[in-house]
Formats: sequence, structure tokens, C-alpha cells
Amino acid sequence: MKIAVCAKAVPEQARRIDPETKRLDRSGEQTLNPFDANAVEEGLRLKGDAADAEVVLFSLGPESSLDALRKALAMGADRVVLVTDEAAAGSDLVASSYALARVLEREQAELVLFGQQANDSDGAVMWAAVADRLRRPLISQVAELTVSDGAVRGKRQTEFGYDVIEAPLPAVVAVSDAINEPRYPSLKGIMGAKKKPQETVSLSDLGVERERAGESGSRTEVYALGEPPPRGETQRVEDDGSGAEKILEFLLERKAL
Amino acid sequence: MSTLVFLEHHEGELQKDSLGVLAKAAQLGGDVSALIAGSGVEGLAAQAGRFGAAKVYVADDPALEAPLPQPRVDVAADLVRRHGFETVLFGATVLTADVAAGLAARLDAGLNWDLVDLAREDGKLVGKRPALDDTVYVDVGWKGEPRLALIRTGTFEPVESPAEPEVERVDVQLEDFSTLAKMIEQAHEESEGPSIEDADVIVAGGRGLGGPDNFALVEELAKALGGAVAATRAVVDAGWYPYSTQVGQTGKTVAPRLYIAVGISGAIQKRSACRVRT
Repeated sequence: MKIAVCAKAVPEQARRIDPETKRLDRSGEQTLNPFDANAVEEGLRLKGDAADAEVVLFSLGPESSLDALRKALAMGADRVVLVTDEAAAGSDLVASSYALARVLEREQAELVLFGQQANDSDGAVMWAAVADRLRRPLISQVAELTVSDGAVRGKRQTEFGYDVIEAPLPAVVAVSDAINEPRYPSLKGIMGAKKKPQETVSLSDLGVERERAGESGSRTEVYALGEPPPRGETQRVEDDGSGAEKILEFLLERKAL
Repeated sequence: MSTLVFLEHHEGELQKDSLGVLAKAAQLGGDVSALIAGSGVEGLAAQAGRFGAAKVYVADDPALEAPLPQPRVDVAADLVRRHGFETVLFGATVLTADVAAGLAARLDAGLNWDLVDLAREDGKLVGKRPALDDTVYVDVGWKGEPRLALIRTGTFEPVESPAEPEVERVDVQLEDFSTLAKMIEQAHEESEGPSIEDADVIVAGGRGLGGPDNFALVEELAKALGGAVAATRAVVDAGWYPYSTQVGQTGKTVAPRLYIAVGISGAIQKRSACRVRT
């Protein structure tokens, strides 16, 4: 079985939005989006000891993303395919999902996995767009996953409880961060990661037209950056025996109760 | 401006967040329609009318019984193509996020998510989106139509405006791949008191409680205050409390009048999930 894991390199820290381009500043150290580590882990678990199974990482981003994505190789993924192209910079959901679907079509994985969200854009939408473009069934927010007899079964977390959903392969599944505890790469894994295949492909390699990529392929835009609305003053109550009373008084004064 | 609001429902009730988005759409002006998709949902149309929809499209089909996103993408895409809605709004939930994103791909339409406000500025629709753990507010827009938007949980309050909506049944035609995912078991959690999205008072418990047994203290306080119990991700992951009560970056955003955190470090993920209702 071929398992695709869609992953993203995100800024490690000091996150800021560039006021010029109004895009996230990606100049600093990058790291594997922590939510994607859950998807990598689940892919590795499903692969298990099967000799004919393969876990392939797919990503979209600048070439420097490879450094961050190598963590997934160190965890045990077999290879990485990075779609990288200057013309793809500034792609929104519509443009990114199009390029991602094209590269996934090329590989024809039985199962495409996503993590729960990207911790840079707070997006939790990519899988549904990709599933629609691939015309494959989708199960998202999956906290438990099993694959058997050519079908995938997921326990989905919703606002109202847990649903169990089944779909035939090939399918797209987005896992919740509750599904597993991602392993730490071993030293041997880290050493071996560098030697694993790391392929970069351009938009033209995939037949993605320029007008469908980057800002020209995007349907959303950013107008301005502003300050968040101010938060109210804070008041600290230390308990000297009358703490509960003071808090109650405070709440009643503000009609919070 | 013509706007379509996707209304989510559960156990025969339209969801409060959906109705809040409907109220916002009515306030922005223009023609406001609503879409209700499900099985045996015709009765919900009148309810939508009471909260600001002039027209309600009802997609009633046994294939829409289970709350699965892909058949709903088919229905919404068909409706938008036929009527040319300029804006399509969703109150964000686990279900609607998948519907909105699938629709964006299907129609090659722009989707902005996690919006906490919508406004008309210089004739343009502008969405307000908190970013980087709510430290920056970004004004976002759309380059063309239809404009799709997911509104953050608890953002807009429903407003009653008594009116008889015009109701139209729509044909349901589904793509072959949209019906491949099947609901095997749909769980209903028994819960007492208000849900955390609707609660005015929330008492949230975290890892600092030390163990699942101590959640009784949180429950007791919530009960005394007439509020709901919420839990952090660490606690839900540890199996102390169900996911439906999870607040935070990976759970629900809540907007109570009073939020009491017990045994919670106050990490940014939790603070960004709680907004004070104004």
C-alpha cells in the first residue's frame, strides 16, 4: 500500500507577517508542522512491517522546506516529494489544493493523510479541497483509524460526540492530534534521513498552468494588518480567607452571574 | 448583494451559530437566502425565516441524512451555480469547514476562514481574521465571486425578525464519489445543562486538576453557577473528558460571559479560544 502524507514546513518561532507582502515571514528556521507529525506517525503505524508499503511525504513550499520535512524521513517516512516554484508563492487554498492534487494524482496513493491543521495559518481546510479535486471520499477529524479489506474506517470527533465513518480506498483522511503520540526520530533515523530520496518538482513538471498558481491562481487577498481589539484591565485577588467572597462580589457587580 | 447562508442543524434544531451568521448577513443587506440540507428537514425552513432568511432552499433527501460533508458540497455547488450567489457564509464547525473547503475547490472560489467580523468597506466585503494566536487582525478579501467565508464559533448572535420565508425545494443530485463515505455509527453524547457553545458561564478544567476524579469539583462549580463544563486538549487526550467539551486552538472557540479556568496554565492556545462577548 502506498500512503501519502501531506505536510507543511512552518516557521519555528518569531512568527510575523511581512507588512510589505502581507505574507507570513518564512525567512527564519522552519520546522515540520507539529500537527503533521500525527499524520506521519499514523502512516508509519499503518505501514507497519509490510515490505511492500511505502509512506511518501508531499509538500508545497520553498526549497528550504526540505530541511524541516526531513524530520518525517527521520521518523521513518520513505521519501519526500516537494512541489517548489517561485510562481507558487502566495498561493491560497484554491491554488495550493490544485497543485497538491496534481502531484498526488501522479503518485496514485491508496490513502492520503493530512494532519489536523496548519499551525501557521490556522487552516483546517486543505484536505476537503484536495479530496474534492481528486474526487475521493473524505473522513476528517479522525481520532482512531483502521484499514482493512480495501476500506478505511475512522472515528471522527465532532461537536456532538464521535461518529464512525467508513470509506473505500482510495480515500483522503485528516487525523486529529488525539490519534497518536508521534515518535521522536532516533539518531540512526536522523543520520539515515539525509540519504532518503528527496525529490523537488516544479509547477511545469506537474502541468500546472501559471495562472492557476501563486497570487494569480488565488481567489483571496489580504488588504491590511491591524491591531487586535484591546483587552480589559485585570484585577488580581489573592486569597486571605475572603477570596471567594471578593470574587463573587466582583462577578455580581459586573452582572456576570 | 446576494448571500447564501448554509444552516447547520442537529436533532431537529438549527444551530445557534448558523442563525447568528444569518443575522449578520441580513444586517449587511441585499438578498439573503438560506440552505438547509438533510433528511426530513422541511420543518426547519420556518425557523430560518424567523431569523432573517427571505428565501430558504431545502434539500431534503435520505442521502443527506448523515452529517457528511461531500453530498452537501454537491447541493451547495449546484445552488450557487444556478442562482449565482455572490457570497456564501458558514458558521464554522467540523462539518461546515469541510463543506466550505470542498465548495471552494469545486467552484474555484476564494475561502477565508476563522473570521470574527464582516463589513462593507468602500463597496467591498472585508473579513476580519485574527492571526498568529490573535496577536494580529488581518483584513481579508476576495478577488472574485462567489466569496466563501467560515465564521468563527460564537461570533454573531441570532436576531429574531418575524417573517414568512419563501421556501423552495431543490433537487438533490450527487456525484458518485460523494456518497462513498458512509456513516456507520452516529454517536449522541448525553449531556446535562447547556452546551459550551451556548453557555453564559463556562468552568474549564485542565491537567492541573491532577486526575479525572477531580473533575467532580469543576462539575460542582459549573452546576452551582448554572454553567457548562469544558476541558483542555491535554485532558481530552488523556481520556478524562469527552472531545465535545474541548476548548482551545484545536477544539471549540467559546464566547461565554464568564469563563473560569481551573488547573489551566493559560497557554496562548486557550486564551485565543475564548472571546468576551460584547
